[in-house]
Amino acid sequence: MIPVPILDSTVTADRLDLAAGGSWTAAHADVLERLIDAAAPRVADAQRISLDMAGVEGLDTIGAWLLERLIRRSNHDGKQAQFTGLSPRYRGLMEEMHAVNLQPRATPRAANRLLAALDGVGRAAAGLMSDVLTFLAMFGDISLALGRVILHPRRFRLTSTVYQLYRVGWRAVPIMVLITFLIGGIIAQQGIFHFRKFGADAYVVDMVGILVLREIGVLLVSIMIAGRSGSSYTAELGAMKMREEIDALRTMGFDPVEVLILPRIVALVCALPILTFLGSMAALYGGGLVAWLYGGMSPAVFIARLKEAISVMHFEVGMIKAPFMALAIGVVACSEGLNVRGSAESLGTQTTTSVVKSIFLVIVLDGLFAVFFASIGM
Amino acid sequence: MDATVDQVVIRARDLTVGFGEQTVLDHLCFDLKRGEILGVVGASGSGKSVLLRTVIGLVPKRAGSVAFFANGLDGPTAQDVHAMSRHWGVLFQQGALFSSLTVRQNIQFPLREYLSLSDRLLDEMATAKLEMVGLSDRDGDKFPSEISGGMTKRAALARALALDPEVVFLDEPTSGLDPISAGDFDALILTLQQTLGLTVFMVTHDLDSLHTVCDRVAVLAEGKVVAEGPIPVMLACEHPWVKSYFRGRRSRVAQPAPN
Repeated sequence: MIPVPILDSTVTADRLDLAAGGSWTAAHADVLERLIDAAAPRVADAQRISLDMAGVEGLDTIGAWLLERLIRRSNHDGKQAQFTGLSPRYRGLMEEMHAVNLQPRATPRAANRLLAALDGVGRAAAGLMSDVLTFLAMFGDISLALGRVILHPRRFRLTSTVYQLYRVGWRAVPIMVLITFLIGGIIAQQGIFHFRKFGADAYVVDMVGILVLREIGVLLVSIMIAGRSGSSYTAELGAMKMREEIDALRTMGFDPVEVLILPRIVALVCALPILTFLGSMAALYGGGLVAWLYGGMSPAVFIARLKEAISVMHFEVGMIKAPFMALAIGVVACSEGLNVRGSAESLGTQTTTSVVKSIFLVIVLDGLFAVFFASIGM
Repeated sequence: MDATVDQVVIRARDLTVGFGEQTVLDHLCFDLKRGEILGVVGASGSGKSVLLRTVIGLVPKRAGSVAFFANGLDGPTAQDVHAMSRHWGVLFQQGALFSSLTVRQNIQFPLREYLSLSDRLLDEMATAKLEMVGLSDRDGDKFPSEISGGMTKRAALARALALDPEVVFLDEPTSGLDPISAGDFDALILTLQQTLGLTVFMVTHDLDSLHTVCDRVAVLAEGKVVAEGPIPVMLACEHPWVKSYFRGRRSRVAQPAPN
């Protein structure tokens, strides 16, 4: 049974006698703080204070510090305050507490709200600028590494690239095909449902064909890859950065960009067009299946209409975009990975940033390509 | 209530721990007495860290028992991590400070979770602990990635001491420190042990620590405690590993000059 702490006080003229008793330990921390707060005004009023600690049965740093704080204040004000009846067991601890917290802690000044808001805006703008610079720097590093590898093909890490290709390409096939298949089917269903009102359900084939080949296929696959592979690139490189593995590579005379990043980017640039192709085919298949089962259009008719509706040009427009999307995702993922600082939290933040930024970039790129292809008449 | 020397705080009996086919600890027994500093030594891979992690409940044991006799707990508790975690503090080998909190927040974390203290007292306690382990108030606002290895050990010790535990487990507290810092750290452990009345369970490789700090040494080999006792007993021991460890070439330098 742990005795409850007590702090009795008796006032005689200008003299205050305090008697502490019970267990002054962390287990009673909230009681202790209340006792000390209650005694503080009386201590402030009294001229001479004596604190009898004979009744204390347990003392740890919290209890010792609270008693020390109560007495220190009065001594500071030029009054006389002293401890009595201190058991030798606790003497060392009280002396230790007497020596700590001597410097008043500088409390940070509360900043002006408006200034803080302006400060935030300024920092965000500067941050945006430095983001662009980091992206460009990483792009430059990768180009340099690529140049070196082209000049000395033996330096290219084929094994690593093939392994990355297996991870981001081959292992991604099932999920990509499934998602694009479903989206193709959904687009066809919606098209048939709404076009039927004005008897144009046959044009659903044109819509599915053009939309999937030009936009949906590459966009959907790029966004999925940004979430699936971009995030894993950032997390891997970030964890390696945290554990100083990247520094270790550098000290051994290897260029981390050449060893770690180039194989990943090359793998991504190879994998994304393949996945886009597979995804587009799956989406067309899904669209055809729904047109047959839901719209009653036989596969033969669907294929014949598809031949009329689309040309190789539509397919090219989609496929040309794919490697650029891959490059954007890869560069963002790798530069965010290298931006990871020491803490676990920063690894999470950078991974989120990597995914958000690469999806944003993919969509912006897609918009720019749309303008470009429209102006050259593709 | 008075801390008598021979009160047992931790009693481990027939402790058996293994991973897969491999048996790391084989019917191991030891006692940790109140107020002592027990040093656990052994070859690399002899299961010192496993023993520490088993006692604090991080590694499941196959057989045997670990009993705690803590102040304020009636009788021995079964190995119940939640009941005991307020009575012990652990200093991990790499510090294991939470990387997304500042050093001050790291120290305040157990205080904040277990006790209801005012913000002012939380700040004061954090500063007090920082100063007790020899860090300055300003170091408290740094993040673990911004401080040196020695400071990390000190900060981790401050966090281990946050709740004024009775028992402190130290996993190689002086590894990775230069001899002067290691000596300072040993002195710090000794000072804190005397002021706070701590019981210390210390896994170490450092002969200097064993000579200067530890009251008793337990040697781990073949999954058992093969030798136990103060340094003179170790020096007289005839077990081959103990002999080469305490009387080998490297240990000559570490022995304090007779005076």
